[in-house]
Amino acid sequence: MSWKIWALKKSPWVFHVNTGACNNCDIELLELLTPRFDVERFGIKLVGTPRHADALVVTGGVTRQAAPRLQEIYRQTPKPCVVFAIGSCACSKGIFKKGYHMIGPVDKVIKEVDPEAIVMYIPGCPPKPEAMILGVVKALAAL
Amino acid sequence: MFLDAGKYIFYFLVFPGFIFTLAVGLISVWIDRKVTARVQWRVGPPPGQPLYDILKLLGKETIVPKNSNKTLFLSAPLVGLGSVTIVSVILWLASVYKISFVGDLFVVVYLLMLPSLSLMIGGMASGNPMAATGANREMKLILAYELPFLLCLAIVIIKSGISINMVDLAGNHVMGSISGVLAFLISLLCIQAKLGFTPFDIAEAETEIMEGPYIEYSGVPLALFKITQAMLLFTLPVYLISVFLGGLNFRGLGILWTVLKYVAILVVIIVIKNTNPRLRIDQALKFFWRFLTPAGIVALVLAIIGHISGIDWL
Ligand code: SF4
Repeated sequence: MSWKIWALKKSPWVFHVNTGACNNCDIELLELLTPRFDVERFGIKLVGTPRHADALVVTGGVTRQAAPRLQEIYRQTPKPCVVFAIGSCACSKGIFKKGYHMIGPVDKVIKEVDPEAIVMYIPGCPPKPEAMILGVVKALAAL
Repeated sequence: MFLDAGKYIFYFLVFPGFIFTLAVGLISVWIDRKVTARVQWRVGPPPGQPLYDILKLLGKETIVPKNSNKTLFLSAPLVGLGSVTIVSVILWLASVYKISFVGDLFVVVYLLMLPSLSLMIGGMASGNPMAATGANREMKLILAYELPFLLCLAIVIIKSGISINMVDLAGNHVMGSISGVLAFLISLLCIQAKLGFTPFDIAEAETEIMEGPYIEYSGVPLALFKITQAMLLFTLPVYLISVFLGGLNFRGLGILWTVLKYVAILVVIIVIKNTNPRLRIDQALKFFWRFLTPAGIVALVLAIIGHISGIDWL
């Protein structure tokens, strides 16, 4: 394992992208920063710009309007980076499966830009904060 | 001759310079984050966290925006880093080895302004409107805090019998007088602004302008900025100690006393940071110009009267 990946695992900074979530996943995500779960213990920090991010946390299935923006944000993120698809919508379009405005789940949209992209799935509607932490831990172990 | 050059390179790179300042700075950053976490009833990051962050940033891709000025964009972080290192060397050489030159006080004050300036240059060069807004605010903030900061310095110079030498300042007892205490408090607030800590983190405001001038930085240049900030967090309190609190002293119990002074200043800065909301830029300007500058002038007048009539406690 190179030192770059080692350091990345020790301090993953995340940028939160909402591509059409019903807002419930976002609220659960913010729960992670509260004293109860406190992900800063693992060096995880929420940053304000994709340029500083190591992980994009995407909530919600990708709508027509959001798809080009998500791709742009992915291009702006310095590599190596990881994409987390949080919630059933982001993993598989979820309850919006038949929606006319849905382009596709997150992995499909991201892989149009970069077929090599690393996408992690955390299903649930919304996923529990514990599930998200577990997902992040598993993802980092698999890097 | 060569031995001398080697000695100065050692001063600059290892002991009071880069590596030492960086190490203590990273520990200070950790203390800052840990105390912040405890204030918010959280556990906080592990001790190595600032180091991991910087290592990670050094290993990431560096993106240069298409419509930026490449040379300026990439060289701006180096300016800040270099100036903080030099300040640290000057302060430590004056305090510990008693090596100093006439007017080094002014050199220190000018060099302390360079990190903010490099931030502004970098932000402007990145070609991002958010970064330009951040740089703009940083400029206003500099205009706001530099005047009271220099007034305080004038008080110290008067108190030390008109000397502009770091070594002479280290020995005097500024804090034994009203004007000295006032000057110290004003300088503390100016340093809060210089560090870009809440309530004066207006230029970086991540919730409104997304980290302002840093917005386009990634990878190595961002790491350099983080390093500069960490070193500033160490150097500015050391500046306060050398100018106001009788300097650094490493003989016997002096070590304990020096560390205590440093930690006390650090904790005060962190507590101010954690108990205040961010000001708007106009509020910050008002605060510095309407309150701190007049207070600084009053203190200066007191100091001058005290100097002329020989009353020590004024
Ligand atoms: S997964 Fe459920 S909670 Fe999350 S955005 Fe979709 S519908 Fe909302």
